[in-house]
Amino acid sequence: MRVLMFGWEFPPHIAGGLGTACYGMTRGLARNGVDVTFIVPHAYGDEDQRFIRVVNASDVEAVYGSTESGADDILDKISFIHIDSNMVPYISPEEYESYHEEFVKTGKRVWSTTDSWKQRYTFSGKYGANLMEEVARYAVVAAQVAKNLEGQFDVIHAHDWLTYYAGIAAKRVSGKPLVVHMHATEYDRSGENVNTQVHAIEKTGMMAADCVMAVSNLTRNIVINRYGIPAEKVVTVHNAVRFAEKQSAAPERGVDDKIITFLGRITYQKGPDYFVEAAAKVLKRVPNVRFVMAGSGDMMNHVIRRVARLGIADRFHFTGFLRGEDVHKMFQLSDVYVMPSVSEPFGISPLEAMRSNVPVIISKQSGVAEVLDYAVKVDYWDVDALADAMYGLIQYPALANMFSAKGLEEVTNLKWNNVAAKMKTIYERIVEESKNK
Amino acid sequence: MKTVCLYFQVHQPWRLKKYRFFNMGKDHNYLDDLSNRSIMQKVARQCYLPMNALLLKLIQENKGKFRCSFSITGIAVEQFKAYCPEVLDSFKALAATGCVEFLGETYSHSLAALASKEDFTEQVKLHTAMIKKEFGQKPTAFRNTELIYSDEIGAMVSELGFKTMLAEGARHILGWKSPNYVYANAIDQKMRLLLRNYKLSDDIAFRFSNQGWDEYPLTADKYVSWLASEETPGEVVNLFMDYETFGEHQGAETGIFDFMKALPKVALGAGVEFATVSEAAKKFQPVSVLHCPHVMSWADEERDITAWLGNELQNEAFSKLYAMKEKIAKLKSADFDYVWNFLQTSDHFYYMATKWLSDGDVHSYFNPYDSAYDAFINYMNVLSDFQIEVEKALEAKAAARKRTKKA
Repeated sequence: MRVLMFGWEFPPHIAGGLGTACYGMTRGLARNGVDVTFIVPHAYGDEDQRFIRVVNASDVEAVYGSTESGADDILDKISFIHIDSNMVPYISPEEYESYHEEFVKTGKRVWSTTDSWKQRYTFSGKYGANLMEEVARYAVVAAQVAKNLEGQFDVIHAHDWLTYYAGIAAKRVSGKPLVVHMHATEYDRSGENVNTQVHAIEKTGMMAADCVMAVSNLTRNIVINRYGIPAEKVVTVHNAVRFAEKQSAAPERGVDDKIITFLGRITYQKGPDYFVEAAAKVLKRVPNVRFVMAGSGDMMNHVIRRVARLGIADRFHFTGFLRGEDVHKMFQLSDVYVMPSVSEPFGISPLEAMRSNVPVIISKQSGVAEVLDYAVKVDYWDVDALADAMYGLIQYPALANMFSAKGLEEVTNLKWNNVAAKMKTIYERIVEESKNK
Repeated sequence: MKTVCLYFQVHQPWRLKKYRFFNMGKDHNYLDDLSNRSIMQKVARQCYLPMNALLLKLIQENKGKFRCSFSITGIAVEQFKAYCPEVLDSFKALAATGCVEFLGETYSHSLAALASKEDFTEQVKLHTAMIKKEFGQKPTAFRNTELIYSDEIGAMVSELGFKTMLAEGARHILGWKSPNYVYANAIDQKMRLLLRNYKLSDDIAFRFSNQGWDEYPLTADKYVSWLASEETPGEVVNLFMDYETFGEHQGAETGIFDFMKALPKVALGAGVEFATVSEAAKKFQPVSVLHCPHVMSWADEERDITAWLGNELQNEAFSKLYAMKEKIAKLKSADFDYVWNFLQTSDHFYYMATKWLSDGDVHSYFNPYDSAYDAFINYMNVLSDFQIEVEKALEAKAAARKRTKKA
């Protein structure tokens, strides 16, 4: 089985869960004997090359030969193609525009023709003036890649809406079946105020696909009910998690109090408000607990004001945006981790907390709730239940110990290998089906 | 015959360093030593040292006819001692001339008057002791932080033994009345009030170097003609301003030092006299009581206290801070008092202001933080760690007492 995959970022250049998921998935597929040609916008040249063959293509007509380093037989299974583009995951058209303006200000020449389909792709420093243009341009390149690699893959797999046009283009050129992967829907990102262009691309991608993979049943239901995709085409493929072999030593604790942590973007989707209200309730009962909100986002100032108004600011701390080692440190300093998301297609951070032996409370409205037994699950809006759960986990050590021990066991068994095996059977099925068409 | 009362405010806060959640419980040095040192030494070089030398020269030249008043916060004196003791010496030299009066105020440039009488009394006594020790004067006139004043605060200051107090000549309090007379406190009429003439004060402090101002450039002759003219009625013109006006807010290149150098001679020649705060208050009878039921200050267009206690962030930090006072008092520890004092400084609350509309320029000029929210988070992190340390120290003290009892 050979897959042409339109994915995102590879370690060490990871901006979020999407890149992490792509990485884990690709490794899992390789271990299951699946060949992956992995195509990403913008590579940096120092990616983890043990499992991939990096092929840099700064323009498509010169796809470089594979740089093989045969230390591992899995290495042969993945090649890696870099398409020069300034697309990044999680970007909205509005954000792209503001980034683009910044790009213009820094003095770099920007490619500005509106008819991107007609452009020849000489890429260096030339990017689409708006995100939609860039998505279209990326698709043109994808078609060329698919043509160049003709006969070298059996199925196409596209992650996240930005690459759906690329997936469709590759399918048209090669006639191979297409899988699109829904890591998040526009409804998760924007609530009810969906961007209609993004919504349209998502829908087009899913309609054109032979199979839609959703990261949770929650997402699968949205795909079926809100996008009108035929249910038989949509399968749930839960994410797994891959941890670094080495756990760094736990940092020394500065305070004796119990610490309850929220870690993530401070945006409506993540439910920071409910965390604050529950914190105020807990603090009325228990004095020796502190709350930490780690992250930044458009609701941060609102949350700070609310904390001040509730009069709990000496027990509720903000760390700002955390990077790398600090994230890890924060998990290790925590006694309870809370993810009260209003809407979360999957949500990988509770798994990272569990890996650090931290009991977690997650909202029932998160996809990860479907795969976890040893996590306290509450409705995001049920502040009383959330406060109850926090109180229980810090006051009753037996409960916390049970959750952290069993949780670690549970999370250790969520392996990409198993997920990839499931994906492989799906690939095989649709390849078979497309042959019979 | 008109009298001019010149009064200068000297203050520098102890600035807090970037103090993160991860520092809590481990790191108890809260101060940004580098910026405190560099700012203090810069201001000393550009303002305190040259201006003190100039004033000393003017006092000597005019043989006692040129007089002025200062208030210096305890926090500023702590920093003189740490970073530039020569500044403290030059203030002592001014004190020794007998032509310079040092006023009482809060030790920390704090908002204690708005917290409680006990907090306020403690702060004032601490400051009085410091002034006595450093400058050999016992203050009899008082100026509260940022000229924060109300009838009740005035009465409270009177109870503490002060005879004169400064306040803002705010339009909403004075109405048709002129600030250029002595007034009396509405509750305790023995307490005399000098009101800042904000127009003439700000001509020097804010507008001096403004080339868009229709009176630019301001010369000593022109300024004295305003002071002496019929347009400025009354007996005493009170020019109150930040001392950092000279050489810092108005740089040396604007000619501010030349202006001050020329001012006394021109003024005395035109029959304008100089007096310190207490002298001016004694020289004239109060013309009326001044009713000020609500708290006012010299800040911003509104002349109120919303720059320090105007939003929920500031109120929260303020109430959490002063909730600690009994525990601090119990500890009786110089180390804890030191931190307790610098955490009270009003500047920390000023950084948390979110009223940026009319006076945003002035606010951002003085603010080391990117936003009010950053300032709040940093302050609360420091305060939270301080709370933990206080609790620990109290426990240790109680344990020690138990041990001695047993023995």
